[in-house]
Order: sequence, then structure tokens, then C-alpha cells
Amino acid sequence: MAEKLLKKGNEAIALAAIRYGADGYFGYPITPQSEVMETLMEEMPWETTGMVVLQAESETSSINMLYGGACCGKKVMTSSSSPGISLMCEGISYMAGAELPCLLVNVIRGGPGLGTIQPAQGDYFQAVKGGGHGDYKIIVLAPASVQEMYDFVGLGFELAFKYRIPAMILSDGAIGQMMEKVELRDPVRRLTDEEIAQKYGHWATVGKQAGRKGNIISSLSLAASEMEAINLRLQEKYRTIEKNEIRFEKLLCEDAEYMLVAFGSSSRICESTVEIARQKGIRLGLLRPVTLFPFPSPAIQEMLPQLKGIMSVELNSGQMVEDVRLAVNGAVPVEFYGRMGGSIFSPEEVFSAFAQKFNL
Amino acid sequence: MKEELIIAGFGGQGVLSMGKILAYSGIMQDKEVTWMPSYGPEMRGGTANVTVIISDKRISSPILQHCDTAIVLNQQSMDKFEPMVKKGGLLLYDPNGITRHPTRKDITVCSVEAADLANRMEMSKAFNMVVLGAYLKMKPILEKENVIKGLKKSLPERYHNLIPMNEKAIELGMKHVKEVI
Repeated sequence: MAEKLLKKGNEAIALAAIRYGADGYFGYPITPQSEVMETLMEEMPWETTGMVVLQAESETSSINMLYGGACCGKKVMTSSSSPGISLMCEGISYMAGAELPCLLVNVIRGGPGLGTIQPAQGDYFQAVKGGGHGDYKIIVLAPASVQEMYDFVGLGFELAFKYRIPAMILSDGAIGQMMEKVELRDPVRRLTDEEIAQKYGHWATVGKQAGRKGNIISSLSLAASEMEAINLRLQEKYRTIEKNEIRFEKLLCEDAEYMLVAFGSSSRICESTVEIARQKGIRLGLLRPVTLFPFPSPAIQEMLPQLKGIMSVELNSGQMVEDVRLAVNGAVPVEFYGRMGGSIFSPEEVFSAFAQKFNL
Repeated sequence: MKEELIIAGFGGQGVLSMGKILAYSGIMQDKEVTWMPSYGPEMRGGTANVTVIISDKRISSPILQHCDTAIVLNQQSMDKFEPMVKKGGLLLYDPNGITRHPTRKDITVCSVEAADLANRMEMSKAFNMVVLGAYLKMKPILEKENVIKGLKKSLPERYHNLIPMNEKAIELGMKHVKEVI
């Protein structure tokens, strides 16, 4: 039987990175995610798997180290919290443009600006609508438990390499700091340079092989027609991802007349709100997007015929609710409830807001 | 079984580690557990609290508005958490340093002079284990052998020589907890 440990979400990210065969972690400390690098430093994976762990001089530097590592076909990752991710956005756009795989972890804190170290979900737009410049998307995964923090490191790398795209775990201070049971999965060993050349040699800069042209990785293409062709290819990739990679979880939706939509820590709180509503005989369900891009619009649309209303519940001023409204397209009323700046709602508070908005 | 508790006191009293030991003991007994610390500015102001949930089933919200049990180790925490205990729930406190004692009549109130007891036995560092013992006496949700296993898992190996002392402290708390209301 797999070993069960009690770990913080941040610690789980670090343990998973080593066990999923990551080649390198480059980061810079910031609360509430500093335990990621602290745990990696304690574990010293450079002595066991050969994984590199490096504290860069800034977030700008760490994202560019990722760019370099990813060019060589390596499994590279970083983690930070909101202000640090803002600093990385230029590099993320470059990686998306150059079609480079990597894993990013954002353990969100309250903003804007330096804000607070308490949990929030105010970086939803930044994660799913760009953040950096240009028409790009990254895959965004929203874990709701410490076990998912662990598992999504594996999933994130898998999707990043499958589509040659940056993938992000969008978490927050609550999931990062809380401890839960974690079951460690069987370790995956790091690929050798030969294996990387074989698997990714058609695009990665792993040394030119005889019989083919050298690989050039760049996000620069000055001719408008070439740049448009790249954009069209990227957009086609994003549509494929939307078709194949939507993930979500439904709770008590079978007979639901009303539905909450919430991700990450908010969805955990909303699970209790659903329990409260059910005790009062109100048929409330919960849909939890696991992927924020691609957003589970079809899953929401499927629910519409049976629903009288939807409420999006977020630790921000109302960001994901815009995507819910696009999916619903006016078919049923979509309400919103949120708190900001590091304040968290309780299940009872969410229930009161829900009951008030729908006159129940 | 689902037990939602809050442990609160000063930083340095071992509030967070007591919660961790309890959560690890829960895992040893095959329960689902969540340990949610206060890590924000209130912690930097000297007080610390942690929410621990131990359950047979998947745990939904780690954030609580009410709790089954509050373990209170200073006056600020008494003021904040006494009202949060569910009707019929448990409030356990160490009277040391408490100027306003709990007044609610609709909950069980227990006290344990953990600081005094631990000092007298010359094991002041195991103060939090005396409190843990008192709690487990009032709410025997976990078997003692699993608590010892949880203790071993929570402590780095270099401190495993301290386990017998911690075990003694747990027993001391079990023996000396008193029902007040």
C-alpha cells in the first residue's frame, strides 16, 4: 500500500516534482508558497534523481531559466505567488509563443499590488485570459485538495508536453498552507538525454542530428504573414485542447434546480453550502471546474434545462462568473458572490447569499 | 464520525504541532483529516490557531463558522472562540492566564491546569501534550496507540527519545481534566 503522509499543499507540490521526474525547479521565495522551495532544498533531489533546484535572483530570472531548460526538452517548473507571477508574465508569453512546455504554480494571495499573504482567487483573469501580451492561452488546473496539488504536478507536465504549452496549477494560500492526507504515487524516473533527444528531438534544441535541419526556438517572426500563420496554428491547438482536455467535478447535480460554480478552495467551502441547502430541502448542486482553461462550458450548458439559477462563488470581485455567463448565454439567471483581499467566506455565509439572491 | 475542532493560543505554546499530531493520529486510524493553520497577520501578532477536522468521510469545507470543540489557551482565544462552539459541544481550556472564564451553559466546559502540571513534572515543553490528553479523555475519538503513532510521524527522528515523556504528559492530562459546567 502506498505511504500516506500528512503534508501541506506546498510540500506536496515539491514531493510530486521529484517523484514525477522533474529535471529542474527555478524559483524565488514569496509567502504563501515558500514551502515549495524549502521542501525541495530539504529533500536534496540533486543527490538522488539529479534534479536541479535553484533559487534565482528574481522571478524574471527564474521564468527565463525555465525558457532555457524547456528549449532542451527538460521537465522544468517554477512556483510563486501573485506578485511574482506578474513579474513572470513576459516570459510566460514568450514560452507560449515559442510553444515550450513547462509547469507553473501560482499559490494566489490577496491583491492587487503587494496585497496580503492571505488566500484569494483574484488571479483568475491573469491565468486564463493571458496575463502576458498577445493572443495566447495556457492550460490552467485548479486543485481543491492537497492530494490534487500532488497529482496535478504529474498531470500538468503530461499536458504541457502533449501540447507543447505552459501549464499552470492555480492554487491559493488556503490549499497551499493546509495539511491533508497525501498518497504518494509510484515514482517516474527522469528521462536521459538520449531519451529526450529521441522523444523531443524533432523540436527541442538537443544537438543537431544528421539528416535534419537544426531546430530554432524563438517567439520572434517579423513577417506579418508568418506571424499570422503561427497564431493560427496556436489557435488551432487551443481549440484541440478545448475539445479534449476539459475536466470538472459535479456534486449532487442529478436532481439540482440550482447550481453553484466554484473552483479550488471556494469549491471546498461550497461543498458544505450544498450540504446545508440539502438539509433545508433545497435542491442545490455544485459544479467544480478542474480545468479553468479549457473551461467546462459544455458541462454547464448540459445542466441548463433543469436549472432555475446559477451562482458563481469566488474569492475575488467576480472573474470566473464572466465565463459562466458566456456559457449560459442568458438561458438562466447567473448570480455572483465573492469576498476579496484575503477574506474567506464560510459555508453559511455563501448559503445566505444564495438564498437571498434567489429569494428562497 | 466527524469532529471539527479549533485549537487556539499564543505562538510557541505548541498549538499548531498539537493539531498536527492529532491530524496524523487521524490518518493512522484511517480517517480523512484537514489541518488549516492561521498563518496571516494575527499569527505575527502573537496568537496562533488551527482548525483540525477528522472524519470518516471526505471533508468538505476546511473553513468553519462553528466547531464541535474549542481548545483555548489564552484570553483572546477565549473571547473569539467560546461563541463558535456548537450547542452541546465542548470547550476545553487551561485556566492559567484566563481572567474571564467561560459563561455558556449550553456546552460542556472542561479545564485542565496543563501549564502548572507540566511545570511541576519538569516537562514544560510537553505542555501541549497534557492538553491533548485532556481532550482525548473528553472525546475518545482516537485510540491511544494511533496517537503514539501519530506522534512518531510528526516528530523528526532525532526527537523520538522524547516520546515516552510525551506519552506521560498525555496520561497526565487524561487524569487531571475536570468538568466545570
